[in-house]
Amino acid sequence: MKVAVEQDKCVAAGNCVSAAMDVFDQRDEDGIVVLLTDNPPDELAEEVRTAAAVCPALAIHIKD
Amino acid sequence: MVGASAAGLSTAEALRRKGFPGRITVLGDELHPPYDRPPLSKQVLSGTWEPERAALRTEEHLSGLDLDLRLGEHATGLDPASRTVRTRSGRDVRADAVVIATGVRPRRLPEQDGLAGVHVLRTLDDALALRKDLLSGGRLVVVGEGVLGSEIAATARTLGLDVTLAGPLAAPMALQVGPLISGLLKELHEERGVRLRLGSGVAGLEHAAGRVTGVRLATGEVLPAEVVVVAIGAIPTTDWLAGSGLELDNGVVCDARCRAAEGVWAVGDVARWQHEGLGRRVRLENRTNVTEQAIAVAGAILGDPAAYTPIPYFWTDQFDAKLQMYGVLPAAAEVQVVEGDPAARRFVAVYREAGRVTGVLGWNMPKQARLRRAEITLGEPA
Ligand SMILES: Cc1cc2nc3c(=O)[nH]c(=O)nc-3n(C[C@H](O)[C@H](O)[C@H](O)COP(=O)(O)OP(=O)(O)OC[C@H]3O[C@@H](n4cnc5c(N)ncnc54)[C@H](O)[C@@H]3O)c2cc1C
Ligand code: SF4
Repeated sequence: MKVAVEQDKCVAAGNCVSAAMDVFDQRDEDGIVVLLTDNPPDELAEEVRTAAAVCPALAIHIKD
Repeated sequence: MVGASAAGLSTAEALRRKGFPGRITVLGDELHPPYDRPPLSKQVLSGTWEPERAALRTEEHLSGLDLDLRLGEHATGLDPASRTVRTRSGRDVRADAVVIATGVRPRRLPEQDGLAGVHVLRTLDDALALRKDLLSGGRLVVVGEGVLGSEIAATARTLGLDVTLAGPLAAPMALQVGPLISGLLKELHEERGVRLRLGSGVAGLEHAAGRVTGVRLATGEVLPAEVVVVAIGAIPTTDWLAGSGLELDNGVVCDARCRAAEGVWAVGDVARWQHEGLGRRVRLENRTNVTEQAIAVAGAILGDPAAYTPIPYFWTDQFDAKLQMYGVLPAAAEVQVVEGDPAARRFVAVYREAGRVTGVLGWNMPKQARLRRAEITLGEPA
């Protein structure tokens, strides 16, 4: 699974971090999403899909 | 699915993600491919985004969902017993489950219809029409000091317009965030040159030759304007459900699982469901609720018995302030800054009632605010 984020769409809601904290984090200074890995292991795939689904800014993109 | 915006589309998507293989028909009365609304008052209005960037999904993604997406189709009625949706085109749809996702529409002033220069902001077309008028410059009066009105005032001011914000409350978003924080918002707007005419209701519009010329306040004062935006709240789009037998009371009334009748569900801005955590019926008009509720409704359709009990969340961007709000922020709550410094315009505030944390607000501290979300307890103290 390949993950990408669009930082200029992100509204810093942090929902992705709540859903998949091993893959996403937020910058301390402005809360914008930070991708910890763009190629998460299979066991995290479901969490990452949930993260993309709950992102209110549609800033997370997944390619299988 | 009736309504092809965030709520309808997210529910369809969640159904597919959960493995639902059946047929999904989505009816939407707008002609544009589904798009997102929050950028309309921000990036689309300011012009930093091309309107296409507000699309909810790419065409490729949409076709991957395998939906029968019927745009430009208006639902005119529902028979809950047979779960039949009647449509204007006459192509009625019968289904095992019907999801009502028709959102809200802006409340208008009685005299604004047909008057040039007066706008509401809900759709992409609204945003483009307003942007066009703003670009020809002049004086803008925003009627309504809620979240949307305050945001539009900020965006228009950033575009260089002469902006006045009018409304009955004492400060921008006073109803949503209470006196302390709205006081800070008031300072911010004033500092950036937005004229505030708050604390007095709007009595009507002045016009000449079919064009608006100003806004008349209850005090008798007239604020001259070439452009007026009316942002005085929204009404759930339930007129098409009249006669369906569903309970309609400030939205489609639902149980704790967002069910309005056997096989009929409601999701998004139109849904007023029993929030078991808060112990009352709630209807939220915010983007995060839409996605979360869509996932809950998709689950419920497929048999998940869990009640939907989210912690409400919304955000707003005004000038360089990015605000994040979690939980409930009552005007009477005791508000305490727990991190950062309001003078530096970076802080987290906690709202307490009877000692319990009911809400958290972050001002340019999104991550720190989210980390405190866990402190919130919803509902009445035991
Ligand atoms: C300008 C603006 C800025 C916003 N900013 C923020 C923000 O910063 N943060 C935040 O949290 N939230 C924000 N929101 C709120 C957020 O956009 C809404 O919560 C969300 O759009 C609700 O989605 P929905 O699908 O429930 O309803 P809607 O988006 O209203 O969609 C309902 C759809 O149903 C269609 N429809 C209605 N009746 C019928 C019918 N009879 N037949 C067929 N189709 C029908 C409508 O045309 C519409 O396309 C903003 C909203 C606006 C308008
Ligand atoms: S959920 Fe979306 S908007 Fe929120 S921090 Fe993550 S990427 Fe950004």
